[in-house]
Amino acid sequence: MPAFSWNILADIAEQLQYPFMAHAYAAGIIVAIVAGIVGYFVVLRSLSFAAHALSHVGFAGATGAVVIGVSPVFGLLVFTVGAAVGMGLLGKRLHGRDVAIGIVLAWTLGLGVLFLSLYSGYATEAYALLFGQILGISLRDVYITLVAAAVTLAIVAALYRPLLFASVDAEVAEARGVPVQFLSVAFMVVLALAVSEAVQVVGILLIFALLVTPAAITEHVTARPAKAIGLAIVLALAFTLVGLFISFYVPYPVSFFITTLAFATYLGVRLYDWLARRGRLFHRPAQ
Amino acid sequence: MTEAGTDGPSIVFHGATMQLGERTLWHDVNMSIREGEFIAVLGPNASGKTTLMRVLLGLSQLTGGDVHVLGRPPRRGSPLIGYVPQRRTLDPDLPVRGRDLVTMGMEGLHWGFWPGSKADRRVIDEAIKQVEASHYADRPIGRMSGGEQQRLLLAQALVGGPRLLLLDEPLANLDLRNQEAITQLIARVARAGNLTVLLVTHDINPMLPVMDRVIYIARGDMVIGLPDEIITSETLSVLYGAPVQVIRDNQGRYLCSGTIQ
Repeated sequence: MPAFSWNILADIAEQLQYPFMAHAYAAGIIVAIVAGIVGYFVVLRSLSFAAHALSHVGFAGATGAVVIGVSPVFGLLVFTVGAAVGMGLLGKRLHGRDVAIGIVLAWTLGLGVLFLSLYSGYATEAYALLFGQILGISLRDVYITLVAAAVTLAIVAALYRPLLFASVDAEVAEARGVPVQFLSVAFMVVLALAVSEAVQVVGILLIFALLVTPAAITEHVTARPAKAIGLAIVLALAFTLVGLFISFYVPYPVSFFITTLAFATYLGVRLYDWLARRGRLFHRPAQ
Repeated sequence: MTEAGTDGPSIVFHGATMQLGERTLWHDVNMSIREGEFIAVLGPNASGKTTLMRVLLGLSQLTGGDVHVLGRPPRRGSPLIGYVPQRRTLDPDLPVRGRDLVTMGMEGLHWGFWPGSKADRRVIDEAIKQVEASHYADRPIGRMSGGEQQRLLLAQALVGGPRLLLLDEPLANLDLRNQEAITQLIARVARAGNLTVLLVTHDINPMLPVMDRVIYIARGDMVIGLPDEIITSETLSVLYGAPVQVIRDNQGRYLCSGTIQ
């Protein structure tokens, strides 16, 4: 195995020699960008739990798809988009229904386990679905991810201004004629797409790291929406790419490095915040 | 029920009736509100004050009769109406600045993501200046005081260039000094633009210096008139169907005793 050198650029060049690494970097970049943007709205709209729920539902969809002989990604997409539309339509009625949602998604995870058992020789697929399999991505997968990401980003770009309005101030937005209900459902579909894409990199159980943590960090740094989104993208990219880079030399799962980097950064920002507030160690400039 | 004059009414109700389920909120209402009038809307909880706002905004339909706002039936999303709903506590970590909140009032109605033009930004700056929030508009909205948030919400409503302002309990949860300041601000802004103002409130007294007439909604009836006509022991007792005593203190403030307020 090649060794790490302090010439980072040379290291990267060396890593890119391997197709699986090149694909991994490509998919990682694409997914991180989507996760950063969509994640901002997830945090803004308090949908972190919904995002988590969608990934569980996706798991059942993916495993179920294999049982009936269909591509797991297809099953993943169908189930997450379906659940997303359902959640979007239920809308406010889901508020504070954490327990009900939790019960349902625990069951979907159980369903997934059932489907797993119905299809022997499935262990590696399951592992990949649950924890991500960025090192096993083919060129075809990269193209598919690119197209899916382009569609997702195009939708977000089109919806951006009314979506921001509806997310911050739904009542006034509705009074001003913004189609709040439609935007809720549309965003849930966007979320389903983003979750399906991110699952490839970090898997179903670790969605939070890419989707929620970057945006949660930026909440503590800036209040300007455009800046927050930009920073969330940068963070998601950093976690993904650095995690990938490290995993080439240290043979542990990529998703471990990604989630650890995300967590460490989050801790660091919270600590800085706490210190700045307590001891006024640093003069916090006006935003 | 008084009829107003003939100079371009802002709002006109004709035989308007509103029924919600089993309850009749108001019945056969005929009233007319002139342009530039400052109207306080009073009444106990759940009497139909917020529903009145929703009808004017086109979000709810009258069950009988009709209403015209600025000459036409109410239309959802009309840019001619500025709306400041009842305040809710905003998440302190909300990653949105005061300025962004105001910007949304103008930008949030258009699809796409492109930021507005320089002219748009000037309008936003003007609105923020009008509500005297320039020195804190760039702070996160979640960390502002109630009074500061209220000013920015007002700026958000003003940014679309409305002719009618609807405010639902803008003074709730504000201390006395802020109540006075916000009331004066709303009156100033309304005078400057000759805006018609409908302001729902629980307490008439902060409004006394600036308002023209009162709408009182209670138990299926809606009346409009000068405060001296409406807020009297007689009128309120009839409205509530129970003895109500109204006293004025030596500063002209109203104090009610009885089953309400």
